[in-house]
Amino acid sequence: MNTWLLPEGINESLPDDAEKLEKLRRQLVDRYATWGYRLVMPPMVEYLESLRAGMGTQLDLQTFKITDQQNGRMMGVRADMTPQIARIDAHRISKGDTKASVNRLCYIGTVLRTRSAQQGGSRSPVQVGAEIFGHSGVESDFEIISLMLDTLHSINVTELVLDIGHVGVVNGVAEYAGLTKNQQQNYFDMLSRKSIPEINVWVIEQGLSDSVGAMLEALPMLIGSNDVIETAKERLKEAGQPVLDALEHLENITQLVSNNFPEIKVNIDLAEMRGYSYHTGIMYTVYLPGRGESIANGGRYDGIGEAFGNSRPAIGFSTDLRTLASMMKHTEIKSDGILAPFTLDKDLDQLVTELRQQGKRVIRQLDESSTAVSEQQGCNRKIEKQGDNWIVVAN
Amino acid sequence: MKETLTIALSKGRIFKETMPLLEAAGIQALDDPETSRKLILDTNHDDVKLVIIRATDVPVYVQYGAADLGVTGKDVLMEHGGEGLYEMLDLKIARCKLMTAGFADKPLPEGQLKVATKFVNCTRNYFAEQGRQIELIKLYGSMELAPIVGLADIIVDVVDTGNTLKANGLVPLEHMADISSRIVVNTASMKTKHQRLSTLLDQLKQAVN
Repeated sequence: MNTWLLPEGINESLPDDAEKLEKLRRQLVDRYATWGYRLVMPPMVEYLESLRAGMGTQLDLQTFKITDQQNGRMMGVRADMTPQIARIDAHRISKGDTKASVNRLCYIGTVLRTRSAQQGGSRSPVQVGAEIFGHSGVESDFEIISLMLDTLHSINVTELVLDIGHVGVVNGVAEYAGLTKNQQQNYFDMLSRKSIPEINVWVIEQGLSDSVGAMLEALPMLIGSNDVIETAKERLKEAGQPVLDALEHLENITQLVSNNFPEIKVNIDLAEMRGYSYHTGIMYTVYLPGRGESIANGGRYDGIGEAFGNSRPAIGFSTDLRTLASMMKHTEIKSDGILAPFTLDKDLDQLVTELRQQGKRVIRQLDESSTAVSEQQGCNRKIEKQGDNWIVVAN
Repeated sequence: MKETLTIALSKGRIFKETMPLLEAAGIQALDDPETSRKLILDTNHDDVKLVIIRATDVPVYVQYGAADLGVTGKDVLMEHGGEGLYEMLDLKIARCKLMTAGFADKPLPEGQLKVATKFVNCTRNYFAEQGRQIELIKLYGSMELAPIVGLADIIVDVVDTGNTLKANGLVPLEHMADISSRIVVNTASMKTKHQRLSTLLDQLKQAVN
């Protein structure tokens, strides 16, 4: 066993990367503040019940567990910060008042996952995201999507595809079809893989009526540009008002996005099943052409707060700081430091202090006999004594 | 910028039976993988490439987005798991069956069954659904040998003609699944290159029928 070896999917950052990540982190938190989103810092670990409240078994399997030595209860290391933020809103901030005012929160922190969410991805991503609590409707849907796109624009990533769907469509169709719990589970599994051949066989096997079967077979194919919504309205008409309402809502939101972000390509996918178990309204994922995985995602999850005694409408998005940083153009780290001798001298100390107060990087030459030239220490200037004065000169 | 389309295929039967379908969709390979040593084959389109890899690697390439789509057997998909993939089309080629096989005249033991296979996940799931606890023995080939030398009671393998089984004195026992080759698509590609991929899928679907 090599003692230097890190576990699979666990990342650390060396100075160049860390500098970039930290700069980006500050930039994002400042940006979210200008939109009115206040930063919260939830704990690294908490009781398992709180972490998995309302989030389904998928998150449970992704959570590393430890025993609280003080009382024997199970704690989890956060695998997703969203439930923590929902808990903070429901219990700590709105204090159980369902009618409490709109609350905008943002967060950033390392999460730990037993398995990476995407193929070969990190198991310790730095999750960054924002949530709105206490408002349900197109307005908050649009604000969160705008903030998500703004986040990506802020690092000059513009050629994006926004994939968007609405849980209400799949739910409404499943309800209309009157599927049993078991049937629903099988159907959703095939739907998540868009396995059209399997669905076709399955629909016949189950002996469903023609109109129901046609709908179940149509769903995985309802993917593409805006006109998919029109097609869906036609083909899923019989499924009733809830489905039509969901489609109407989706149409409104995509219209708003297309008008305000004309450079974004919008893709509708009415059978997207990611995060299906806890989402209640629209769901969206951002893709960058040429990248085999998504770069940001989110959705509406009204009612998660119920587990914490206060059911509140909620919508948010999250992404990974390292993913964002990897899309930024490489910026050369400037060697703009100043090398100062170690000589004990009040005037020199004062000069060094002043320079540092101005935000300049001053490095003390620890070993005067060292042959390391200043460039090797990231400096392009040095402090020298000329006559009685210490002055900064170029290398 | 013209977006490229990368298609992952495996040599042999899948390649031979897929090419006529791709040709019907207007895609022709400029090299033959049986004679060429190239791993990336050019096609009659500048922006369409074929990558030739092992069948079991196809889902991996497609999941990571190293290929936009690929052709792979349902057996490989069942074994690998379908996360991050869309299985949008059954090409109805390279058909066979996933089966258990053993001796015709020898009753299976009452207790824990020893099963030799390279499809460990499929086998575990299949027997778990039947409520049977089994001992799995992972092998990479020549499965038929395992019951003969007493390594396992039965085997799980894909069966085409059944000739190999017969030659080794085994018979097919239970039918687990029908296998044929599927088109798998990377989930991100399906969103970012939707227009292109859905046209190709439609053409392939017509060719299959």
